[in-house]
Amino acid sequence: MLFYSIKRFGLATLVALTVSFISFGLLYLSSDPAIAMAGETASDADIEAIRKLYGFDRPILVQYLDWLQRAIAGDLGKSYYFRTDVSSLIGERLPTTMMLGVSAITFAIVFSVPLGVAAAIRPNSIIDRIALFLSVMGQALPSFWFALMLIILLSVNLRLLPTSGSDTWLHFVMPTVVLGYYAAPAIMRLTRTGMLEVLSTDYIRTARAKGLRPSVVLFKHALRNAIIPVVSLAAVQFGFMLGGSIVVETIFALHGAGFLAWESITRNDLPTVQGLILVFSLFYIVLTFLADLLNAWLDPRIRIS
Amino acid sequence: MSDRVLDVKNLSIDIPLAEGMLHAVDGIDIHVDKGETLCIVGESGCGKSLTSLAVMDLLPKKAIRRLERLDLAGASILDYSEQQMSDIRGSKMGMIFQEPMTSLNPAFTIGNQMVETLQRHRKMNRVAARDLAKRMLEKVGITAADQRLNQYPHQLSGGLRQRVMIAMTLLCEPELIIADEPTTALDVTIQAQILLLLQELQSEFDMGLILITHDLGVVARIATRVAVMYAGQIVEQGTVKQIFDNPMHPYTRGLMRCIPVPGKTKPGEPLGSIPGMVPSLVGKFTGCRFAERCDHVTDACRQSDIELRAESGKTQGYRCIIDAKEMAKVA
Repeated sequence: MLFYSIKRFGLATLVALTVSFISFGLLYLSSDPAIAMAGETASDADIEAIRKLYGFDRPILVQYLDWLQRAIAGDLGKSYYFRTDVSSLIGERLPTTMMLGVSAITFAIVFSVPLGVAAAIRPNSIIDRIALFLSVMGQALPSFWFALMLIILLSVNLRLLPTSGSDTWLHFVMPTVVLGYYAAPAIMRLTRTGMLEVLSTDYIRTARAKGLRPSVVLFKHALRNAIIPVVSLAAVQFGFMLGGSIVVETIFALHGAGFLAWESITRNDLPTVQGLILVFSLFYIVLTFLADLLNAWLDPRIRIS
Repeated sequence: MSDRVLDVKNLSIDIPLAEGMLHAVDGIDIHVDKGETLCIVGESGCGKSLTSLAVMDLLPKKAIRRLERLDLAGASILDYSEQQMSDIRGSKMGMIFQEPMTSLNPAFTIGNQMVETLQRHRKMNRVAARDLAKRMLEKVGITAADQRLNQYPHQLSGGLRQRVMIAMTLLCEPELIIADEPTTALDVTIQAQILLLLQELQSEFDMGLILITHDLGVVARIATRVAVMYAGQIVEQGTVKQIFDNPMHPYTRGLMRCIPVPGKTKPGEPLGSIPGMVPSLVGKFTGCRFAERCDHVTDACRQSDIELRAESGKTQGYRCIIDAKEMAKVA
């Protein structure tokens, strides 16, 4: 287990370094950063001065290492638009996104895993059909449309929930449902497929031949094995929620990191975009790493080779 | 009768398929006494595995099981509910499967899987259950049993896993064990060890054993009685001596010709084989099921179903219209 963890950690670090290099390179990809910073009216001499001042004239590798060193220390540069530190800017917005992400993935799992299991126990039954219907809906409904429909129903007509903002937990209910429901179908289908496959294995027949109670056969013997791929999928989706909830955050005016990403993209605020890409990617990497560890814990064949 | 561990009468299994109803097993009677080994022999698809699953009530959901009698150790379990059946599965009757590689749950240790069986059927705390599991592993010839209990199935070889399966099945000392081709997936050397082990344990625990196999060498070695199945029916049954010394049914005779006998079969002489294919059992079937492949087939064979008949006063029975005297001549 220790060796496996170290190996996975090393791999994650390599991926993180690669990602950091790419996100550093983004700044140079779009245009000459000195020209961008100096503004349209600047003279050649001004641009040259800025280039010297910010060290853009140095070799790219030197600049990267310098940037990396500062990034590790938590300095992601200054936002062109907000005129504040990118890291504190992101830091302010992250809790909202985190809160939304955690509640959405929890909703998705709590909603779809039991439904997937129920559907697998009785394939082609009414429950299976309902689960299929719900997952097709979840897959097909664009989240912005679903969000607007919820707002019309729950906020405008029934006046149950606030439409926007992030002040109380009530503000998070609709965003959670919209974001969670978007992730639910894949989790549900994977749970169902996994359970169906596991339920027809020899070891489930053995468990039944031993006289174990149906609940033990189902939840101990079957679910434990069926859930392993679901863990990996949920981790990826969680990463997606932490980075990509731009639509949902925008509709519900939750001022999270996704909303910040939208703001800085529309304003060409490259350092902020760069910082966000870095942070989002690191989330992915950390989550994948954690999912790997969780899978190894669930599946001894990974743990002990 | 008190020694009768299992008594099955008139077992039929139908499986609805898209092409029609598959009559997989048709009117089977089997019984096993204490300390007795019944070998059910037959080729793939003849219904021998289904028969064993039907006894355990573990048939696939869509299969339809019909029975006239199902007695276990003198009590009828024919009308048992699923709950009652699960109470006796693993405690009064156990089953060993063909594939040791996939029959144990990969996510749990051997100890965990053995202890849970004990805790399901016996009032026993973890420590006592683990201790018994360890002793049972030692009994089936597993060394370093303490360590094995903490290992996962994928860390054991096929032979070891099958030993674990046997130990697990024996934990509650069932009266009946059904072993469905327990050695088919193993190396030849391991096969012999496992069979020997089964035989020893059977006499030690005085259980009834049903061994399902297509290997006549295995049958000759450990069977008390033999039932030969063909296309969902028992075509011949009798003691191992009767079946091997004096096979009556043309199918059994065909099978016997397929085994090389050291000293008898001359080098270079081709082994026997039974030409043709097993008939499809979808839809209604009249007449002898072996007719298409039989050397002695007559029109009468195809006209009506053949009963499994026994010569008066004999335990051997077979399903053929040719009677014993004639059969002796054609042999």
